[in-house]
Amino acid sequence: MELLLVMLIGLLYASGIYMMLRRSMVKLIIGLILLGNGANMLIFLLGRIVKGKPPIIDSASKMLTEIYADPVPQALILTAIVISFGLQSFAIILVKRAYKITATDDLDELNTTDEIYE
Amino acid sequence: MNNPYIVLPVIFQLFTAVLLMFFWFRVNAQRLITIICSLISVGIAIWLFNEVYNRGILTMQAGEWQAPFGITFVADIFSATMVLLTAISGMAVAVFSTGSIRNARLKFGFFPILNFLLMGLQGAFLTGDIFNLYVWFEIIIIASFVLITIGGEKAQIEGAMKYVTMNLLASAIFLTAIAILYGMAGSLNMADLSGQVAQIENRGLVNVVAILFLVGFGIKSAVFPLYFWLPASYHTPPPAISAIFGGLLTKVGVYALIRIFTLIFIPDEFLSNLLIIMAALTILSGGLGAILQVNMRKIFSYLIVCHIGFMIAGLGIYTELAILGAIFYLIHDIIVKTNLFLISGLIFKLKGTLNIEKLGGIYKKYPKYSLLIAIPLFSLVGIPPLSGFWSKLFLIEGGYLEGQYTLVGFILLGSFLTLWVIAKLWSEVFWKESVDLPKKINVKYFYELKPFKQWAMIIPIVILTVISLYIGLAAEHIIVLSKQISSELMNPSAYIEAVLGTKTDMP
Amino acid sequence: MKTIIFKTASTYLLPLLVLFSIFILLRGHYLPGGGFVGGLIASIAFVIHSFANGIDQTKSIIKFHPGFLMPIGLAIALLSGAAPLLIGESFMTGLWFEEPVSVIGMVGSALFFDTGVYLVVIGVTLTIIFTISETL
Repeated sequence: MELLLVMLIGLLYASGIYMMLRRSMVKLIIGLILLGNGANMLIFLLGRIVKGKPPIIDSASKMLTEIYADPVPQALILTAIVISFGLQSFAIILVKRAYKITATDDLDELNTTDEIYE
Repeated sequence: MNNPYIVLPVIFQLFTAVLLMFFWFRVNAQRLITIICSLISVGIAIWLFNEVYNRGILTMQAGEWQAPFGITFVADIFSATMVLLTAISGMAVAVFSTGSIRNARLKFGFFPILNFLLMGLQGAFLTGDIFNLYVWFEIIIIASFVLITIGGEKAQIEGAMKYVTMNLLASAIFLTAIAILYGMAGSLNMADLSGQVAQIENRGLVNVVAILFLVGFGIKSAVFPLYFWLPASYHTPPPAISAIFGGLLTKVGVYALIRIFTLIFIPDEFLSNLLIIMAALTILSGGLGAILQVNMRKIFSYLIVCHIGFMIAGLGIYTELAILGAIFYLIHDIIVKTNLFLISGLIFKLKGTLNIEKLGGIYKKYPKYSLLIAIPLFSLVGIPPLSGFWSKLFLIEGGYLEGQYTLVGFILLGSFLTLWVIAKLWSEVFWKESVDLPKKINVKYFYELKPFKQWAMIIPIVILTVISLYIGLAAEHIIVLSKQISSELMNPSAYIEAVLGTKTDMP
Repeated sequence: MKTIIFKTASTYLLPLLVLFSIFILLRGHYLPGGGFVGGLIASIAFVIHSFANGIDQTKSIIKFHPGFLMPIGLAIALLSGAAPLLIGESFMTGLWFEEPVSVIGMVGSALFFDTGVYLVVIGVTLTIIFTISETL
């Protein structure tokens, strides 16, 4: 399971960065989304994967003694997903506006703000 | 010491934002509320600063979940100073924007979003939890995305594409770093991490994580070679928005770098060298870039990059004296950079352009404004006794004592380049003979504005200029403050003790 | 998608899904659910309705701009988070009423916070979807 996840994360990061390096705006957004998902999976993996051991303490004992599933990574991923939902929907609308205004999907065309004399 | 009220700066900004959202289309009501609430938030920040200055580090555990398990808010003297500076520049920008920004833009919710941005900044300065820091950064960037695109002109959208992409990439890298750090140390509380990371044996992996943090925050604070998005985007939105971006958004990255590298990852030789090289190249590339430009706001954008290098240099040298210089520079830079972008807004309203080759004759026509503008310009250069001088003095002394002669050379070169740029700017914009510019239809000139709006643009500049004069002329106060901050940063045991409530022996 | 089956179903699905979302919101403290999920379910109800009947129909059902839910929700969440400050407790500390309320169960500041989240999520999601679909 871990090995599979490791490969999946590597694939997500690699394809995300590859897509970002393409010149299309839409592919840029897809790349960012893939990269974000890769980061989320990485949190999930590095929080140690434990199956069927909820972090619930027995009323008799004071602390967990056995191995348990860490709830923190899940909370982190949930937060990260919610945030990236907002950011990505903004980015998609921005790309749409940019396409409308500049009438191009090519990122190389968006260089007027880098010129000295605009 | 526990004090539940240290989150008040954050809560009050959120309260202001929510209040303003109820008046979404009533722009004049928003103006009034913004001015009043920003004054109150300065008051809250002063209270917090005073409290921390007199009583030491204050902490708050959100929801009474004790550290290191809950989310901790910590107000040490560094955070409190940054909160105060944020409140002051936020107030200046808020007041300035009541005069300078068109109603059409204000109707898209400019003021609520500005307050969300300020809330994110206050939160980022006060939090003691690294994932919480990520969340505050996301709040900052999403608010800044809206601010940079508000109005939707072509240049804005183009600048925003670069800005958004680089910031999203930085967030992904930051998140990756947090993931690996959590996997290694099993904690997210910065004070707890300080002890945990020191015990990890695999130093190679620790350095990798440190580099990931450096890249993530480096993109946000625009250090070499990650700064290209900044000059491409900061000159596109209205001047008030550039002011808050230039004054605070890059500095929050620097704050995070200083915090992380003094508390969690103590730089070893490799990291220090890397920071020093990055700092030197940042100074060089920012300074040389500024010489080439003709758009005033682009010049200032490159100068931001150049001066970020000074602060990173202080962090790279890593002695108490150098950090003192970096902190002093940070304090001076927030006020002055905010002021400079506001000034560029004023000049645009006066003349209708920011191209320095077309501008001219401002000194002859507006001698009083020119005198006002001269003070922040020269304190940026660091002409004694203005504020930039003292901070550079400490940086250079710190570098000299450590034997970093090359870096000292770069700092001097950076100051020299800044002087060149500002001298060129001054002679082109203020002393050169005025050229008659064609009147632009879509620009509302300064003399066409109502007196209220004219004052709303002048007063913030005056306030910030007075503060930067104070920083320069009463430098001993700021030196004492920076000294306290840097000694707290270099000996983090007090911070750790205040958060975790136990005595820990730190190396 | 203007099929008669979907159109008929959507009229019944809308109230059912909104009710279900409130159920999810209320059970959220100890069981899976909560404000965020509830809000998403409620907004999906409106999205399904708009798919079947067109955006304008859905807008006429809601009557006001969904963006207006955002400040209300934020205000509720902020007040419930800041309420503990008034009695000197930390921000976001859970305060609970002594007696359980019938149907809802125990009522505390966490429930109000979740209600705020619920409203904000509905407001944000519907605003995003309306904006995207309007300008296509």
